[in-house]
Amino acid sequence: MVRSQSVGARLADTSIFVVLTVAALLCLYPLWYTIMLSFSDKAAANAGFVRFWPVGFNLSSYRIILEDAQFFRAFGVSVKRVLLGGAINLILTVLMAYPLSKAFPGRHTYMWYMVFCMLFSGGLIPSYVVVTSLGLQNSIWALVIPGAVPIFNVILIMNFFRNLPKELHEAAYVDGAGPWYTLLRINLPLSLPGLATVTLFSIVGHWNSFFDGLIYMSKPDNYPLQTYIQQLVIVIDPQQMQNLSTDQLIQMMKVSNKTLNSAKLVVAMIPILLVYPFLQKYFVHGIVLGSVKE
Amino acid sequence: MKNKGLWMHYHLMLLPGAILLFIFNIVPMFGIAIAFQDFVPGKLFWKQRWAGLANFEFMLQIPDSRQIFMNTLVIASLKIVAGIVIPVTFALLLHEVRTRWFKRWVQTIVYLPHFMSWVILSGIILTMFSLDGIVNQVVTLFGAKPIMFMASNTWFRPIVVACDTWKEFGFGTIIYLAALTGINPALYEAAEIDGASRLQKLRYITLPGITTTVVLLSTLSLGNVLNAGFDQIFTLYNPLVYSTGDIIDTYVYRLGLIQMQYGLATAIGLFKSVIAIVLIVISYRLAYKFANYRIF
Repeated sequence: MVRSQSVGARLADTSIFVVLTVAALLCLYPLWYTIMLSFSDKAAANAGFVRFWPVGFNLSSYRIILEDAQFFRAFGVSVKRVLLGGAINLILTVLMAYPLSKAFPGRHTYMWYMVFCMLFSGGLIPSYVVVTSLGLQNSIWALVIPGAVPIFNVILIMNFFRNLPKELHEAAYVDGAGPWYTLLRINLPLSLPGLATVTLFSIVGHWNSFFDGLIYMSKPDNYPLQTYIQQLVIVIDPQQMQNLSTDQLIQMMKVSNKTLNSAKLVVAMIPILLVYPFLQKYFVHGIVLGSVKE
Repeated sequence: MKNKGLWMHYHLMLLPGAILLFIFNIVPMFGIAIAFQDFVPGKLFWKQRWAGLANFEFMLQIPDSRQIFMNTLVIASLKIVAGIVIPVTFALLLHEVRTRWFKRWVQTIVYLPHFMSWVILSGIILTMFSLDGIVNQVVTLFGAKPIMFMASNTWFRPIVVACDTWKEFGFGTIIYLAALTGINPALYEAAEIDGASRLQKLRYITLPGITTTVVLLSTLSLGNVLNAGFDQIFTLYNPLVYSTGDIIDTYVYRLGLIQMQYGLATAIGLFKSVIAIVLIVISYRLAYKFANYRIF
């Protein structure tokens, strides 16, 4: 009796193991496939010979990218955007989270104001009209200022600040520290894990967004990397495409350069893969953090 | 008196953020007035000609409206259902795993796609589903003819939903796993002593343990039934699949920023926002009622 149960249990364990492994590999395969394509021979890739390993291994796609000035310009715009946007996000998050973690008259109003802004928006066209009438087109500020306040992060860090021991603040107050000094010398050093989490989130967000680049930048020279890739890899100019016949469209999809496109995707993936270990270390903690309230 | 000085500093700290929110979140909300205008780009907002409800009347007349509304609703609902069922199942399976390195290894892999942009993932998907991509290799392996997946109105929606699930299910499991780890281990120990089988433990301890979380997240997702995922659709679709894949957000973008029909585009966007506001308010009310959930 005991024995048969253990066989059943082992069978269950094995099948769970198999299901999870298959799911994980399926999850990873598309990324792997792209990397393999990028190292393959152009003709072999276009004929669909690549499955698990590169066919006709070569680095020509990467060589083409190295000579592509436009690609590097776009990469530079993205890096600039990540640094600038990440810094602005972090500063505003800390500045707003600190007072909101205290009890003071007006706190409730600010909270409702932020939640209102988080849940509702004027929509695409009005936002576009506001940004363009401020004359921000073709400026890096159009990419970092409209989303300067990451409300969700503010709430996360606010909760983090509230869970810090109150005695520390009292001690600092008795020693004559003002709010700015307390924020800088007590709250910040004690909240590094939380701050790392939200900063990584905003960095990834900035790196990944393409749409604002598309609508606010009229010159391709100002495109961030994701917008540049979106325009190249996934050529959808609706106006142009509407004029094409079905056959022409199919033809267009056929001749796309798979290896070069894959190489561009891989290069755009690299920064995310580089920060991923750090992300993974913090984000589970970060998510659970938000659900802890006093 | 001393406190008043302190509060001044608090207001000072909040001021920059509050102003930015006002300019980029609140001002556009007044911009919905464009929906009632015959808006011509380049002219100042208050010099535009008022059009009354003409934009809304026109919206109800064009046949596209019904289509994009249905597309949005169908795609978003399928995504919501898949986005609950798959992560819950996956979390339950992971919870059964006792080998820690294996558990961590699986988690590391399945969280990864969440952090990639739709531009990259759609680029990958378009390659995989192309005529001589890997998916069609499998199709021909079974003796069928290669399929133009991304140009097919039969396949577009399933692919969109499946790929969205691929990107997000891993990340979705985090919150359920957190709920599962929150279950008191003493319950399992007591059940074991009482001779409960694995399935009985699942049925009477694990499932009740995450019901609240599942109910809460399902309720909150109600506010998303008109969010079919602009980034994904925009990077995957093409004119051949407009009839099944064009959603409100992409339509508003093309109408407004490509065809410059600001008034009409804003009207359609506003129509969506109003429904969304009602749904969000209802969902938060329900969440508060069922799960005692509050935003802050």
